[in-house]
Formats: sequence, structure tokens, C-alpha cells
Amino acid sequence: MNKIAQLLQNNKKQILESWMQNQLADASLRDDLISNEELRRQSDELISGLARATSSGNMDNIYTPEYEPVVEILSDISITRARQGFSPRETGMYVLSLKQAISTVLEEKYSEQPEVLYKELITTHKLLDNLSMVTFDTFIKGREEVILRQTDEINEISTPVIRVWEGILALPIIGTLDSARTQIVMENLLEEIVNTGSSIAILDISGVPAVDSLVAQHLIKTVSATRLMGAECIISGIRAEIAQTIVHLGIDLSNIKTKASLASALQLAFSMRSVEVRKINKNTGFSLTR
Amino acid sequence: MILKKTRRSLMIVMTKDTMQIVREQDVVPFRNRVRELSTKIGMSLVNQTKLITAASELVRNMLKYANGGKVMLETVSKNAQSGIRLIFMDQGPGITNVQQAMQDGFSTGKSLGLGLPGAKRLVNEFDINSIPGEGTTVTIIHWKHGR
Amino acid sequence: MDRIPILKMGPFLLVTIQVDLYDRLALNLENDLISMVSKTGARGVLIDISAVSIVDSFMGRILGNIASMSRIMDAETVVVGMQPAVAITLVELGLTLQGVYTALDVEKGMELLRDKIGVMNDPEEDEEEPDDSND
Repeated sequence: MNKIAQLLQNNKKQILESWMQNQLADASLRDDLISNEELRRQSDELISGLARATSSGNMDNIYTPEYEPVVEILSDISITRARQGFSPRETGMYVLSLKQAISTVLEEKYSEQPEVLYKELITTHKLLDNLSMVTFDTFIKGREEVILRQTDEINEISTPVIRVWEGILALPIIGTLDSARTQIVMENLLEEIVNTGSSIAILDISGVPAVDSLVAQHLIKTVSATRLMGAECIISGIRAEIAQTIVHLGIDLSNIKTKASLASALQLAFSMRSVEVRKINKNTGFSLTR
Repeated sequence: MILKKTRRSLMIVMTKDTMQIVREQDVVPFRNRVRELSTKIGMSLVNQTKLITAASELVRNMLKYANGGKVMLETVSKNAQSGIRLIFMDQGPGITNVQQAMQDGFSTGKSLGLGLPGAKRLVNEFDINSIPGEGTTVTIIHWKHGR
Repeated sequence: MDRIPILKMGPFLLVTIQVDLYDRLALNLENDLISMVSKTGARGVLIDISAVSIVDSFMGRILGNIASMSRIMDAETVVVGMQPAVAITLVELGLTLQGVYTALDVEKGMELLRDKIGVMNDPEEDEEEPDDSND
């Protein structure tokens, strides 16, 4: 059995105490986010796992089966910490302060044998550095999951389909239109067309910051899908600069009904549905005849 | 030191199944089987439809050009996301120019030439391997969330 | 039996596809429908695909063929009730069924067909069709 594994097993208590002290002394310890008992339980588990893993003699490759439990524990810790709102520094310090604890114990034990001490210190540091990289990796992964979930939520919220009139739907698009978003827009729109039996959909792009050939392609796809269902699609909210880029890029929208404003699109939709909106008397106000 | 790939990005095959496709009538039960599998992993209707349509294109190719073959149906998992992998294997004449066959509108038969490129557009991962005179293998993967 | 029933309703032919199509069945449908158009002199063809969950390039091509063939024989074709998932998939596949009219449901499809061929077959214009549709 090698020295580190031995040390971890025999001096586990001492290491754990010293590690806990290091952690508690650290000003950045978030005792508002994690309780002392919880911290001690996690730390205890990690040292035990590390002792088992190192007893195999493998000290540098942590992507082997014997390190799996250790990596597992660390990944879990950093993912939960990412969700709890710890900073990556705080999570990284967790492992790095263990390095300090082990080093202190090593120093005490091998103060008479500087050569051994030096060798063991290097090995320990290398191992723990690798392990702290794992925490960073998984920390970022955990954050990415959060971001992905939020993106999904934003996509869901930001594509409302509005029933503006009997048989007429409007869908204001706000923000960039990428392929994932187009999918959701299309699904929502087509679903709503079926539900309401609407035959006209107005896609308003006033809130889309820029239209490049990819966005245009997405728009064309949405229009085509709407037509396949048996409904007509009008694109409104085409600003001057968007019209300019569309022509400069050579995008062909001639098969698609386009309007500058939502109001004129609505007017077109009304005339397609043979609905007329007109002013009558001042007193009677507003009336619609079919 | 080997730490290029963490074990988390490995793909795990969870179930495995093989179906023989020899007649046109085999297509319907095959499509139903794909639907069943994708429903089981919770794939949305749109993604299911895309996957089954792609599968339908590939099975047709197999019947048309190679007189049938077999399909392996697998549910796989990678990065905690599950998906369906379909492997179409035939012992037909193979494709001499894969690049050309992957172009929209190219067909040696009398079809629209949307089969291969269309199928590729419909699924998340697409891989084709063909040896003239020996056969063609097409592998497609579609993830539960379609990305 | 590899046949899909075709109903004749006045000047129109009505097909409701209730089963999953495979290629033979789709080809038979094309043949049957076109011979029916020529036999009956129908002015419109209405294909209801609301129960169809998969339309791939082959079936898309059959639908397109039926439309172009009937047009030569002076009949218009309307495809009605396409599922959203099917529409999205067809667009992604690159198939937009140019030249095929579409409508949301059978009722709207009938309306569209009447519009397209002019209501000349119906002398009592202000009378709606003998009411079999539920408005």
C-alpha cells in the first residue's frame, strides 16, 4: 500500500479536522448556503472515497473505475453547489483546501525524510489539482443546464399566439429567430391554427432585431408549413432596414404576403375574410359588417 | 495521461432490437415500432414524426435499391439525454458517389431525390457508409428534445 | 384489400385516408382516383389526411401527382386536415406541395373547391348545399 492511501486511512480524522478548520476559516465559506453538518458529511465521504481510490496505487489518472466514486461525489457536490448559487471559486476552494490539509499532515509525518515528503507532496498536489478541475468542469456543466432550462422557458414564454379576430391569429415575434425558436413558433402557431380553426396567421417581426438569410429561411419555412395546413400567412412589421437587408441579401419573399405594419396586415386579413371595418356615426362609433 | 473524454459523454445503449425488412408491408409495423420506442422515451410528437419520416425514407431506399435489409433499433443515452438510434443495413449494390446521393434532387430512380438529404435534415445525427458491391449502412440518431 | 374507398359527392370525389399508407396503397389510390375522375367527370377531388401521421417524400409525390393529373382533366385537388407535426416535417424535408390546394378541414375544403370551380354546378346559388354539414 502506498503512503498517501495509508496516510488517508490512518490519519483520516486528523485530516478531516484540519480540512474542516480550513474550510470554516475561509472567509468565503457560505454558511448561509450549506450547514456545517452537511459540509462535514460531504467531506468525510470524499476522504473515504479518496482513501479507497488511492489504495489501488493509481495516483495520476482519475478517469479510471477506482476513481469513479470520488469523481461522482465531486460532480454531485459541484452540480448542487452550482444550483445553490456558489461561485466556482468557492467550489474550487473546497477541494484545494483539502490539499492544504493533507500537506500539513504529510509534513508532520515525514519532516525527517525531506525526499519522501517532497515526492508525496508532488503526487498529492497533482492528484488534487486534477480533482479540482473536475469540480470546475461539472460546475460549468451544471450552470449550462440552468442556462439551457432558462432558454427553454424564455422560448416558451416569448411566443404567444393571439387570436385577434375570428379566424385570424397574430404571433408577435420578439428577439432573434434561430432554428430552435422557429420550431417552437411553428409548433405553437400550427397547434393554435388547428385549435381555433383559423385560416389566417399574421407573423409580426417588428421585434426581431435583424433578418439575415437564415432568419428569412426560418420565416419562409413557417409560412410554408402554415400553407400546408390550409391557412394563409402574412408577415408584418417589416422595417426599412429589414427590407434593405432582405433585398441586399437577395432573399426572395415574393411568394409571401408582406406588410409594413401589423395594422395593414390586419386590414388585409379582414379583406381576405370579407370583413369590413368602417367608421359610421360619431355616436354609434365602430361597427363591423360582414 | 488520458483525460480527453470524461465518461459522461459516452453513449450508452439501453435497449436493442432488430427488424428484417423484406417486403413493402414490413414498413408499417416497422414505423409503429419506431413510434412505440420514441413514445417510451417521451419524445414530442413533432420529433417523433420527423424521426419516423426519416426512417420511412431510408427503409424505402433499402427496399428499392437493395431488395430489403435489416434495421437495428436502439434506445440510447448520452449526457443524460435519451434518444433513438436506427441503423439501416443492406447488402445491395451500394452507392458509388455518396456526396452526389446526398444532394437535393439527385436520384438514380424516378423519385424526387429528397430521400437521403431530406432524412439527414430531419434527424440530429446522420452517418452514411457505403461500399459499392457490398452494401450500405446508414445510422441516424434523434434525441428526445430534438437537438 | 389494398384499396382506399372513394366517395362521390355531387361534382366532387372525397377520399378519407384512415390507415397508415405504404407505397403500394398510395399508388393504388392514385390510379383509382384518376380513373374515377375520368369516369365521373368530377370537378374536384378532396383528400382528407387528418388521420395520417406520416407523409414522406413518396406520399408527398403521390399527392402532387394526383393534383397535377386531375388538373389536366379539369378537376382541382384540395388536401385537407394535415397534422401540424406532418406539416413541419414536410417543410423540413423540403417538400412544400406546390400546386396542391390545402384547407384546414373537410368543410373549408369543400368551400374552397366550390370557389375554385365556380358555383356553376349549383343553380340555386343562395341556397346552401342540402345541409349535411354542421355549421
